[in-house]
Amino acid sequence: MRETALHDVHERLDARMVDFAGWHMPLHYGSQIEEHHAVRQSAGVFDVSHMLPVDFTGTESTQFLQHLLAGDVGRLTEDGKALYTVMLNDQGGILDDLIIYRIKDRHYRAIFNAGAASSDLEWIKTQTTGEVTVSVREDLNILAVQGPQAISNVATVTSCQEVREMRPFTCTEFPDFFAGRTGYTGEDGVEILCNSSFAQDLWAKLLNANVAPCGLGARDTLRLEAGLNLNGQDMSPETSPLDSGLSWVVHWQPESRAFVGREALEEQRKIGPTQKLTGIVLKQGIVRPGQPVRTNAGDGTVTSGTYSPTLGYSVGLARVPHDATGACTVNIRNRDRQAELVRPPFVRKGKKVHK
Amino acid sequence: MTSTPSDVKYTKTHEWARVDQHQNVVVGISDYAQDALGDVVFVELPETGMEVTATEEAGVVESVKAASDIYAPIGGVIVDANKQLESLPELLNTDPYQDGWIFVIQPQDLSELDELLDAETYVEFCEAQGDNH
Repeated sequence: MRETALHDVHERLDARMVDFAGWHMPLHYGSQIEEHHAVRQSAGVFDVSHMLPVDFTGTESTQFLQHLLAGDVGRLTEDGKALYTVMLNDQGGILDDLIIYRIKDRHYRAIFNAGAASSDLEWIKTQTTGEVTVSVREDLNILAVQGPQAISNVATVTSCQEVREMRPFTCTEFPDFFAGRTGYTGEDGVEILCNSSFAQDLWAKLLNANVAPCGLGARDTLRLEAGLNLNGQDMSPETSPLDSGLSWVVHWQPESRAFVGREALEEQRKIGPTQKLTGIVLKQGIVRPGQPVRTNAGDGTVTSGTYSPTLGYSVGLARVPHDATGACTVNIRNRDRQAELVRPPFVRKGKKVHK
Repeated sequence: MTSTPSDVKYTKTHEWARVDQHQNVVVGISDYAQDALGDVVFVELPETGMEVTATEEAGVVESVKAASDIYAPIGGVIVDANKQLESLPELLNTDPYQDGWIFVIQPQDLSELDELLDAETYVEFCEAQGDNH
């Protein structure tokens, strides 16, 4: 199993380790609920070095990415801007979701999910044309520091006050590290990409500053409360951004931009979507992936579900008929339970959205 | 290290069973089980009056991570269930052998408990499961 540069540090903290996409990763360090609250209320740090940064450079890198991705990197009009989008196959199915940063002119950095990384790279290879260099950056570790205190903690422990000036959804390359003011928790924060010794040093300094070490367990409950999809679970090559709550990441203009999957999506748009991904709330019991859902418009399935530590009850995402709304039932252990379809997110910036 | 008191008997499915002063059997999950499950967030209790046979499903414990069935360690009738767990499921994590009890069975044949593991055998069983906790 693959290990990050912080693997021994996690074991010394007595983390519960799990196999995640071939990596030996921390699930939690004692209580994933406490880790979750730390991120909502102050700050937490996640080792997400299993995710894969890839750099795209070369005189035609912009044109290449305009072909490869459903979102248009042409909209990154200044250095330091970032974009959340998806990479599609020819059928309009989702291969992966990603954030792409424009570091400087014709130098982009995308971060791919660990579970899809190797198939993503294969796919990218088959798509590559023109003057573009694709550099896999396995040398970079990723620490996600998230929560209302994340920015000030990072600025203090790195003595890099410029971090405070960064606007949301931008990136900056500092001498020792790259920072994106982005995340996967619904809170403010930064994702720091750096070499191994810097990562180990930063991790230790953050923990000394009382930033909570957080595992993949809390990362999952945080992203789900924030209504963020998990690739491979809420979306896959068999689903489209149009039926996965991600229409907004597809840039149709300019019409001349022939990105991969565009024709298929245009066809789907003409017919109209038959299903959608939406939120589900259950107050007695816990929704889990795979549970059947019965709605006013037909049957569906839970794709993600867990306990929401912020709300104190269960929330999830469900793939249901497009017209489904309101009250529904979810079948748990052969018993139908009353649940409700709602629009995600459930929690935004530490505040309850669903009540 | 998880705690394994010797005044209770254990099942291979990680329940514990303790005989109370009325010769009824109080049931919960072991410290090893709660540690493996992680934060417990929901407990589905059996209804009182329900008849169960040994190893039959009698409830469900849900942690943030997953749902896990609770099996009756002995046959009989459910005579009590710990309603406090409906609002405080975390008692299973903080006090698995006392306040975290789940239900009480009035046994048909108390000698069925002889089939269960004593603390020492249970510890060996857990170690053999290959978990380092």
